[in-house]
Amino acid sequence: MPSTLLKGARLLDPWTSLDTVGDLLAVNGFITAIGADAAGQAPADAVIVECAGHCLAPGLVDMRVHLREPGHEHVESLAVSSQAAAAGGITSLVGLPDTEPVLDDVALVEFITRRAQKVGLVNIYAFAAATRGLQGKELTEMGLMAAAGAVGFTDGTRAIADALTMRRALSYARTFDALIVQHPEEPRLANGGAATEGEVATRLGLPSMPAAAEIMMIERDLHLVELTGGRYHAAHVSTEAAIAAIRKAKARGLPVTCDTAPQYFLLNETAIGDYRTFAKLSPPLRSEGDRRAVVEGLKDGTIDAIASDHAPQDQDAKRLPYASAEPGMVGLETLLPLSLSLHHDAGLPLLKVLRKLTQGPADILRLPIGRLAVGAPADLVLFDLDRPWRIDVGAFKSKARNTLFDGHPVQGKVLRTLVAGRMAHIAPEA
Amino acid sequence: MDTFSARPFRHRHLLGIDGLSAAEIGLILDLAEGYVEQNRQDDKRRAVLRGRTIVNLFFENSTRTRTSFELAGKRLGADVINMSVDGTSLKKGESLLDTAMTLNAMHLDALVVRHHESGAVQLLSQKVNCAVLNGGDGTHEHPTQALLDALTIRRHRGELKGLTVAICGDILHSRVARSNIALLNIMGARVRVVAPRTLLPSEIDRLGVEIFHDMKRGLADVDIVMMLRLQSERMNSNFFPSVREYFHFFGLDAEKLARAKPDALVMHPGPINRGVEIDSEIADDIGRSVIQEQVEMGVAVRMACLDLLLTKPDQRNES
Repeated sequence: MPSTLLKGARLLDPWTSLDTVGDLLAVNGFITAIGADAAGQAPADAVIVECAGHCLAPGLVDMRVHLREPGHEHVESLAVSSQAAAAGGITSLVGLPDTEPVLDDVALVEFITRRAQKVGLVNIYAFAAATRGLQGKELTEMGLMAAAGAVGFTDGTRAIADALTMRRALSYARTFDALIVQHPEEPRLANGGAATEGEVATRLGLPSMPAAAEIMMIERDLHLVELTGGRYHAAHVSTEAAIAAIRKAKARGLPVTCDTAPQYFLLNETAIGDYRTFAKLSPPLRSEGDRRAVVEGLKDGTIDAIASDHAPQDQDAKRLPYASAEPGMVGLETLLPLSLSLHHDAGLPLLKVLRKLTQGPADILRLPIGRLAVGAPADLVLFDLDRPWRIDVGAFKSKARNTLFDGHPVQGKVLRTLVAGRMAHIAPEA
Repeated sequence: MDTFSARPFRHRHLLGIDGLSAAEIGLILDLAEGYVEQNRQDDKRRAVLRGRTIVNLFFENSTRTRTSFELAGKRLGADVINMSVDGTSLKKGESLLDTAMTLNAMHLDALVVRHHESGAVQLLSQKVNCAVLNGGDGTHEHPTQALLDALTIRRHRGELKGLTVAICGDILHSRVARSNIALLNIMGARVRVVAPRTLLPSEIDRLGVEIFHDMKRGLADVDIVMMLRLQSERMNSNFFPSVREYFHFFGLDAEKLARAKPDALVMHPGPINRGVEIDSEIADDIGRSVIQEQVEMGVAVRMACLDLLLTKPDQRNES
């Protein structure tokens, strides 16, 4: 019976607000004891990890990852995505359906689930397409795909734009208590914009979209949520107005949640600089006022989760004129340290930050993960909360290097990642 | 050329007006003045750039700018080759760096680039060893157009400082407007933009302009009226309902021009759409319109830019 005893850790559990020094025992992939009696219950052959007071928390749950397998394995295979996730302290991730082929069929959901188990390093879940081919027209077989393991339905980086289709998607999904995840952007108004409208885009002469493209889609959707009662999640919210609308909707008791990504609480549109295509994201980077509103939304609980929105791109996709470059940045390996800046610099309590990375997404996904509890899977991350270091793309497991955070000073480093009790990652520092 | 050695032109490329100083702009214009005279002689050719190779790499159709750069290079004694790349026939953007790398291997001295995307010329400049001149990138910059406009104005008014300039029309899609706004601000002129709200980019006032939506008010007492070309593809995209209505409110005619100073100059980067943004009578009025002169100044300014970027300071001082 393989078992691991993690000794002398700062045990952190967002569910119970546990924050104490102690031991944790994992046997056969599950947590079997926490606290004073853990050491006593450990079998004689247990692997012992001395934690030296470092933080031991539930492994992170990243609910928004662009997988490149199937279709673009040369950019990043499932195996590499898993290694990058493990290196980032992520023990469960949810892939988006915008692969090639699009994940819009039961067989493809089964394929991903099988591949994920074979690759194995971390738990890989899938959002399936809400409409066939992400075309925004015909609904997919949500019931069958949910039964096959899909944890929600989304058209990826395309908004479900047609109001009637969205109404039916929310309504039908509710039949199975399934989650609809929206890319909140009014596509006609966005009109292919590569930046947010304003001084930066005007100076650079970039095609731009107004920030209002986000709130418009969210407000429409909120009316449809009210109409249907369907569970709705707004992905990567990035504007003050959208966050305010979701805050109000939550106060009214609508089944609405949202996430954001570190790039939206750490960067604003000035990061575009002289056409740095690594700054091209979807949604585009916003104004400083919007960035601050994202931090506020995280503080007051309007924003439930932080996801990486990991989007690996090869050089060919980014070495292009700005408007033609593919959007997105890698984020699996930087999710924890960048999020910890909310604790170190923005005054959020540590447990609150961890909640956005564990309990928050697990609740939205209705998965029994992301907790430090006896009987829960032994998916764990051990990290040094205070260690200062600089992000170095050269040390990434990802082959893709598209991040604006290369060289960025951060505090907090993953030391070990355990998935089902097995060591999925050990940092050189550990 | 004492002015040159005292105020060296520190740039390797000419990617935009943004980043140039008033002194550097003055230097280009001073040098261009000399070339205006040279171009009016029977023998227009000098050996300043003898043996040098210049490629005009155009990803977007252009007759005027390309011809102007070609003449400029040839009159300085350089070998000039024109390359047109049809952007639509190749996978978007892919050809850009490939073409740049290929050309780079041929030891060029200068590359003049026009591209339909903002930032494309800058991207290319990072990948080649030669000087790169921006011949217009997307809706970003068209620096030599602003320089030739400045030279035209300066020859008529002595200096740009203190003048009021109204730039009218499709500001939203205009790289000419952005370069001119930057240059006129650097040189101390006051800039107005006049356009329907649909053709103004957001927060344009942050670039140092006063905004008008009424031509008569916008042109009141201005020294210079710069009209912009209205691209035909904008005509059916709901930026305005019809050419007739556009011309009625924003086309330059005698009545609107009467609001400007009596000796106000009328400029246009060309080619003009008669009866769309400008009345033929005004465009052809040699007392007011300096449109033909702008074309002449274009060659001289491009000669000055090529000269400054390709000639080493010590070589200049000896000559």
